[in-house]
Amino acid sequence: MFGGIKILMNNIMNTYIKRLTTTLLFTTTLILTACSKKSDPTPEFQEKNLAPLSIEFDNIVGDRTLTFNNTGSLYKNAAGEQFSISRLQYFISNIKVTTTQGNTYAVNQDSSYFLIQGDDKATRFARVKVPEGDYTSLTFTLGVDSLRSTMPIDKRTGVLDPAANGGHDGGGMYWGWNSGYIFFKFEGNSGVITDDANGDPTGKKQFKYHIGFFGGYSAPTLNNIKVINVDLKTAGIAKVRKDRQSNIHLFVDVMKVFNGKNSFKIVEYPNVMFGDFTAKIAANFAEMFRHDHTEN
Amino acid sequence: MNKKHWIVFSILGLFILACKKDIPIKEEIEKFLGFQKPINFPEPEYKFANNPVTKAGFELGRALFYEPRLSRNNTITCGSCHIQSSAFTQHGHDVSHGIEDRLGTRNSPPIMNLAWSKAFMWGGGVYDLDLQPIVPITTHEEMDENLDNVLKKIKAVPKYTAMFKSAFGTEEVTTARFMKALSQFMLMCVSSNSKYDKVMRKEAGVTFTADEQEGYTLFKQKCASCHSEPLFTDGSFRNNGLGISAINDQGFYAATLISTDKYKFKVPSLRNLQYTAPYMHDGRFLSLAGVLEHYNSEVQQTPNLDPLLKQANRLGIALTQNDQVKLTAFLVTLNDPDFINNTLLSEQ
Repeated sequence: MFGGIKILMNNIMNTYIKRLTTTLLFTTTLILTACSKKSDPTPEFQEKNLAPLSIEFDNIVGDRTLTFNNTGSLYKNAAGEQFSISRLQYFISNIKVTTTQGNTYAVNQDSSYFLIQGDDKATRFARVKVPEGDYTSLTFTLGVDSLRSTMPIDKRTGVLDPAANGGHDGGGMYWGWNSGYIFFKFEGNSGVITDDANGDPTGKKQFKYHIGFFGGYSAPTLNNIKVINVDLKTAGIAKVRKDRQSNIHLFVDVMKVFNGKNSFKIVEYPNVMFGDFTAKIAANFAEMFRHDHTEN
Repeated sequence: MNKKHWIVFSILGLFILACKKDIPIKEEIEKFLGFQKPINFPEPEYKFANNPVTKAGFELGRALFYEPRLSRNNTITCGSCHIQSSAFTQHGHDVSHGIEDRLGTRNSPPIMNLAWSKAFMWGGGVYDLDLQPIVPITTHEEMDENLDNVLKKIKAVPKYTAMFKSAFGTEEVTTARFMKALSQFMLMCVSSNSKYDKVMRKEAGVTFTADEQEGYTLFKQKCASCHSEPLFTDGSFRNNGLGISAINDQGFYAATLISTDKYKFKVPSLRNLQYTAPYMHDGRFLSLAGVLEHYNSEVQQTPNLDPLLKQANRLGIALTQNDQVKLTAFLVTLNDPDFINNTLLSEQ
């Protein structure tokens, strides 16, 4: 009998504890939710209230990840040409962000030049500081603006140093003979390239796209500077706060170089460095950038 | 006073004389005047405020100008193709002769009065003296090196450590310091002591001869619209009617891609012609006579020919034999022996 009561009591106690736990958990969750809501109102936009923001340039090739010297598993463009990639690097500059309310912040120019190098994962982030806020749009330049392209030598430091990364045959991005920077450098190999003067006379079947030109110092030249606008509303706005690292994750699809609105065949244009065709390729750049998500 | 005393005195006297001679020379060397604008020249284009010429900076620039480490295999210096005795050109070479006997496509231009230059190279493309040396350093047919390597090599040489320190305050070797030092040397390559300059500055006792004066008058009528005084170039790019070369060098067009720039080249200065033959962007004329005859009878109607070379339906500029003699007499007055003999600008 007592034994029965004990069991009953135990059951009651167990149920009570279970309920209590559930209630406690529920309450805690409520409190926590309330807390997180309370600590995350959109901060007032103040130019001096800076917090970290990064923009990640995640290079991809169509439906595949970017791999260098992928001779065992070639990429294929819309024209059916197979190719491998040996170099990809480009300048990102003049980063600007705009909040839901329409407040725009331009990152200080001196901290706004980034060289994204495909073979060095550490360079894929452009890390800047912007005021705390909720940002719905991102703007940046692919290339180096004309003002900075004509700056005195003292201002050309870091990635803009003409000595950086060796000569322009290698990873260097400064063009000496026609003073300025290469904005976008994309090289690789394709079996479709001929061995004559219209292709690669060295027989290495290399393609080279070095796209630059900022409009000229005094006489006007081609202007291949491209301003890229990214709407963040669909894939996730950037909530920039001091205690967090908001990261706007972009996919950069280099396949669009070939398959963009000015699509072309490697066999017809294996080398584009300076000529009117650079403008055709530069017109494909905007299509390369796609906002995948934002990590807040 | 005996014989011994005389000997001692004589020797002392010799020392004193020797010392006396030394003192003014030393003072002259120590008194570095920096960049001086000749009074008959306009204001320079170069922004000196950003890179004032100092003795230490100039000396560093001079050492770098004559430094073979600027080339890939440490064989060629800037001075190899810009020889002072040829007014800093490569005398006797139609096109520049670079590393491993490679030949370029253009005639090595003089390093002269660059402080007044708005654009560099025969075909433009470079508009800041501080960025110009990157071109010959990196060009395959010239020094075939890259800037990064040059700086690494320079950093490893002890003498440069001290030179960078005295020129810029610390031992750090940066691109900007390297380029600025080279600029300081090149800016000091001012040629302004020709007979012409002395006549213009009304220096005592210097006047044109009758032939030179006639030549000057002809020059002002027929040449000065492009080769404007006192630099004897207006710095513009023009097509002077040369036959198109076998390699079809399109000049300024290669830098601008504007079709109206095809076959235009920078108007060269006429100073120091005696030392700078051969002439034109590809060094095709070996003598001044060849150049004058080109303007007289060989100008060709190629795209973008300068309108000044086709007036009243006549190609070129009519120059009689007599005109050519007088013009030549005047052009000789533009030679500046002080410039090519200035030891300050020589390899030390």
